[in-house]
Amino acid sequence: MSIDPITLSVIQAGLQQVCDEMDLSFSRAAFSPVIAEANDRSDGIYAADDGALIAQGAGGLPVFVGTMQYSTRTLIEMIAEGRVAAPQPDDIYIVNDPYLGGTHLMDVRFARPFYRDGKIFCWLSNTGHWPDTGGSVPGGFSASATSVEQEGLRLPPVRLFKQGVMDEEIYAIICSNIRVADQRIGDVKAQAAALMVGEERLNALLDRYGDDVVREAIAELRVRARDQMRSLIDEIPDGRYTSTAWIDSDGVVNEPLAINLTIDKTPGHLVFDFSDSSPPCQGPMNSVLATTLSSVYLAMRHIFPEVPVSAGAFEPLEVRRPEGTFLDAHYPRPVSGCAAEVSQRIAEAVFAALVDALPNRVTAAPAGTSGNFALGGHDPLTGRDFVMYQLSGGGYGGNADHDGLANGCSTIGISKAPPVEIMEQNFPVLYHRYALREGSGGEGRHRGGLGLDYEVELRRGWARASFVMDHGRFGPQGALGGKDGAPNVVEVWRGGEMYTPEHLSKEQDIPLQAGDRVRVKTPGGGGYGPPSDRPKALIDEDKLLGRT
Amino acid sequence: MAGGKIIGVDVGGTFTDLIQLDSDGGGLRIAKTPTTADNQAFGVLASMAEAEVDLSQVDLIVHGTTTTTNAVLERKLSRTGLITTAGFRDVLELGRRTRPQAYGMKGQFIPIIPRDLRLEVPERMDAAGEVVLPLDEDAVAAATEVLLERGCEALVIHFLHAYANPAHELRAAGIAARLWPNDFITTGHSLLSETREFERGVTAAVNASVQPLLERYVARLRKELGGKGYRGDVLVMNGNGGMISSQLVSREAAKTVMSGPASGVMAAAYTGRIAGETNLLTYDMGGTSTDVALIRDGNPSVSNEIEVEYAMPIHVPMVDVRTVGAGGGSIAHVNLAGLLEIGPESAGAEPGPICYGKGGTRPTISDANLMLGRLDPGKLNAVAGGVTLDTVRAAFDANIGDALGLSALQAAEAVISVANAKMAGAIRMVSLSLGEDPRDFALFAFGGAGPLHAAALARELGVPRVLVPARPGLTNALGCIVADLRHDYVRTINAPLDTVEMDSLHALFAEQAAAGRAALDRENIELRAVSHDFSVDMQFQGQSHIVRVPLENGTPTRQDLRRRFEDVYWKRFKVELAGMRARVVNVNCSVIGAREPVDLALMIDPAGRKSTAEPTSRRDVMFDGVTHDTPVYWRDHLPSAVTLQGPAIIEQFDTTILVPPGDRVEGCANGNLIIHIGAAA
Repeated sequence: MSIDPITLSVIQAGLQQVCDEMDLSFSRAAFSPVIAEANDRSDGIYAADDGALIAQGAGGLPVFVGTMQYSTRTLIEMIAEGRVAAPQPDDIYIVNDPYLGGTHLMDVRFARPFYRDGKIFCWLSNTGHWPDTGGSVPGGFSASATSVEQEGLRLPPVRLFKQGVMDEEIYAIICSNIRVADQRIGDVKAQAAALMVGEERLNALLDRYGDDVVREAIAELRVRARDQMRSLIDEIPDGRYTSTAWIDSDGVVNEPLAINLTIDKTPGHLVFDFSDSSPPCQGPMNSVLATTLSSVYLAMRHIFPEVPVSAGAFEPLEVRRPEGTFLDAHYPRPVSGCAAEVSQRIAEAVFAALVDALPNRVTAAPAGTSGNFALGGHDPLTGRDFVMYQLSGGGYGGNADHDGLANGCSTIGISKAPPVEIMEQNFPVLYHRYALREGSGGEGRHRGGLGLDYEVELRRGWARASFVMDHGRFGPQGALGGKDGAPNVVEVWRGGEMYTPEHLSKEQDIPLQAGDRVRVKTPGGGGYGPPSDRPKALIDEDKLLGRT
Repeated sequence: MAGGKIIGVDVGGTFTDLIQLDSDGGGLRIAKTPTTADNQAFGVLASMAEAEVDLSQVDLIVHGTTTTTNAVLERKLSRTGLITTAGFRDVLELGRRTRPQAYGMKGQFIPIIPRDLRLEVPERMDAAGEVVLPLDEDAVAAATEVLLERGCEALVIHFLHAYANPAHELRAAGIAARLWPNDFITTGHSLLSETREFERGVTAAVNASVQPLLERYVARLRKELGGKGYRGDVLVMNGNGGMISSQLVSREAAKTVMSGPASGVMAAAYTGRIAGETNLLTYDMGGTSTDVALIRDGNPSVSNEIEVEYAMPIHVPMVDVRTVGAGGGSIAHVNLAGLLEIGPESAGAEPGPICYGKGGTRPTISDANLMLGRLDPGKLNAVAGGVTLDTVRAAFDANIGDALGLSALQAAEAVISVANAKMAGAIRMVSLSLGEDPRDFALFAFGGAGPLHAAALARELGVPRVLVPARPGLTNALGCIVADLRHDYVRTINAPLDTVEMDSLHALFAEQAAAGRAALDRENIELRAVSHDFSVDMQFQGQSHIVRVPLENGTPTRQDLRRRFEDVYWKRFKVELAGMRARVVNVNCSVIGAREPVDLALMIDPAGRKSTAEPTSRRDVMFDGVTHDTPVYWRDHLPSAVTLQGPAIIEQFDTTILVPPGDRVEGCANGNLIIHIGAAA
């Protein structure tokens, strides 16, 4: 190695800084709250030849940790094969096709070639969650789509910006196919501007240290990250680890879907095999390959948060392509549940397989659902239609250190839920309860965290309620003798009568009238260790505080 | 109380700092004594003893305290109860559905008020402030009795949508007040009348649960000071960078929780205004962390959305100070990837860096500075524990050098390089997040370690100048002396700009301004001038983030609001969104009472200055792999109009200033040193 260790450290920090500045720029300038406040976006630097992840912003949404390198790789391959127009400087490709290294359609990727001396040095890419990309339901989270066409507009990689100028014709087509199109230009500009920031900062880094030194540092950092991950996974004794995690149903056929995972550990190497999982499903609970891989990576990052995100860190993690299963869906399988729900169950399978081997690092299963409740209707007071989303958290798993966190956000997200007061300001609803769900934490030496219990009433007009959630049939798994957390419960109260969705936590377009109510009780976390080991002081405290 | 003797005394994590100034000229006294954690008043009195202050001659004492900060962080709070809307008692515990860190599914959250002390009563307002369910007054009385029975000393009454209509909160507070044995009752809407039940509730809960502690603390302090002959009022620093009478401070005790870092920033703003540097990035590097803030046109950036720690938001206007990481005690190590990392572990004050001689064994940033000669290795003789330069050198070899193939000296230089690169990156992010390019600013270096690193950071950031004030290690105490009295008001109106009644908006501003002036009158402190800052928080329809739009007066036109909002939005986000509908979210007014100015040139005794700059010694200092024979000066002896070329070291009682080769330092008439960053050395 000829590069000195200080330069290496400084270049690593410099590459990270470029990505963090892209993240910051994107969020600050974005119009829609889902990016500006919820940070449902990610920015990174990817290798020129194969799209391998060089660095990614620290504040990116976890589920994007592994997807964007596949997205960029696919683009590079398609360009090489002549299936996509070749790049020019200052071009930006737009793509949201899930089967080309993506997630769901709402995650729109931009990719910009970065040139030095007339050659592509690397790619700058980002993903942003658009509030809508068309399809049968506002917001795109369908509970019952049976093909991707019902889920929204699907864009192959096309150059939305050609030599720095936006192609108004392509943009017009996009705008004609999505809802609230007039606000989207604010997000498009922000997403493109973030890549510009990345270009400027990366040029400054290269000018300062020299292209060859940076190139060498990137290669060396990749090796270092690989070695670091190897030595960390060697905390796991060699051998075979298995687990099963369940999805309630796909929203169309009311049968559970199994994620069967076998992990084989050999020195410095983990092989993840999902090939025994259920076949592709009719409803939208399929996952595409990139999301499946990313879910494994993000689960491992939850276990080993100290490893920086880079292609090198993923190298020791070999995920066998689960062909023929619902975790490797092909066109036209519907996928709108993949990033929000299936990804979390894949992570649960990884946690469940490794918690015995890494009892101090891994927790019992967290709630593992995004708790997506959408209410779309008409408000006679304003004379307008509205669409409201309530995403909610659930209990985290108990762990070696303490009880699980109450009402934590999804495993794959980091975003905050909106306050009740803001919801009531914006929509014709009144909440009757927003509370800890008592008794929902799985019992254990360290109890699972409590879920959320909320109840909301439609005050006027009419609306349709849709639910895309999970863990309604099976609660989050306990670990090391701990009990499962309480499963998700959805109750729709219409004219004083309770209705439970056939798929428990998934259903689309349930009609509501003024005065009708929806009550959701989100899952509690799995318990950790035998309940008989729980110290009396903690049992007494739970009783006093009404948690159990 | 114009002029006269004034004392600023600030309690920090490790030291209590004092400055006494006599604005008629002369009379500078300074002291630095250990902070007494259990009762900060002892440390305050000790600092006064050390400075040999005659309290009967002092006209005003201004005090920065971390009493409430520590109480919140250590959860040593007064037992506090909550009465809230039926169905919502868990809001304070549920938070906003997050986790402490992006990766890692562990984490804990302890709510400020435990569940058995959170009681519900039937009542409900809607978002328009209309009563959905009338207040059950008997239930309020019953809940109050239960909380008293359970031993609560303070009470929070927090109802949904009270910002829109506080009638139920006010009525419930009236009922509770008849039963409650003291004044420690906080209503949710009283500190800030802003949407968001979790943030407003936590703010109120923090306020109530530190109120009794702060009240007792200031009462005891006043008594102690009175016993030593002091007859004036004590002013206390708030997190908004303004001060408030100790008679009023506990009413809004939550505002003091983040006051520590604010006072240093106020001192920086004041010093900068006098020195003609009104755009500053403040860089405060202490033993465990570094704080950064941004000052634009002489005004510190303010935020309503500061979190004291994970899920502990205090939503009142506060100086926006960001903690960005490494301090002098941050530990350097080689990670599993074979890369040098600084922090996040810190040796803190105990055992501290190796060179403190208190048992530290792992190399820190301070130890690296010592190895390179930037701190005086000669001082090692003075510390206990038998630590020598060889001890430090061996630690660098064993922990870093051997793993990376570097000599101990190279390892020390690597630690400084990597630490500086990281800190520069973090400062850049703070600046960019506020929409500013760091190159448009000067760096204001303070804290015990700030002036050691500032010139290198400035070069890294492309910042042209560094301003080092006269007393970098006592900046917070100076902040106490120079800060103004200040009262802030926020009211949510949340209406589309097109439908805002401009007359009611003007009336609201007038009402806020009158409330602020009345508060200043109650404080009865002599003021040089009273001014008002008016602003609105706005957003485009469909957004959830807001931007602050400053106004020239409290009577803007609709067109003024639109134009200024679009200007601010463009400046901050560089995105133009013509055609989008704007909303007015919050209406804000700050009323500021300015006191008499102080002469900063007196911060270094002019009588001690000499006519020429003579080094007190010379020592070898390493810069970029090369050893330079470097002159060392004693700051108090430098002529005020001094010019020195780097490399140079300037030492003083409270810090060490490093001037690298290629840079030039100049004194200014106000006692500051300005380091001009040269081309890369």
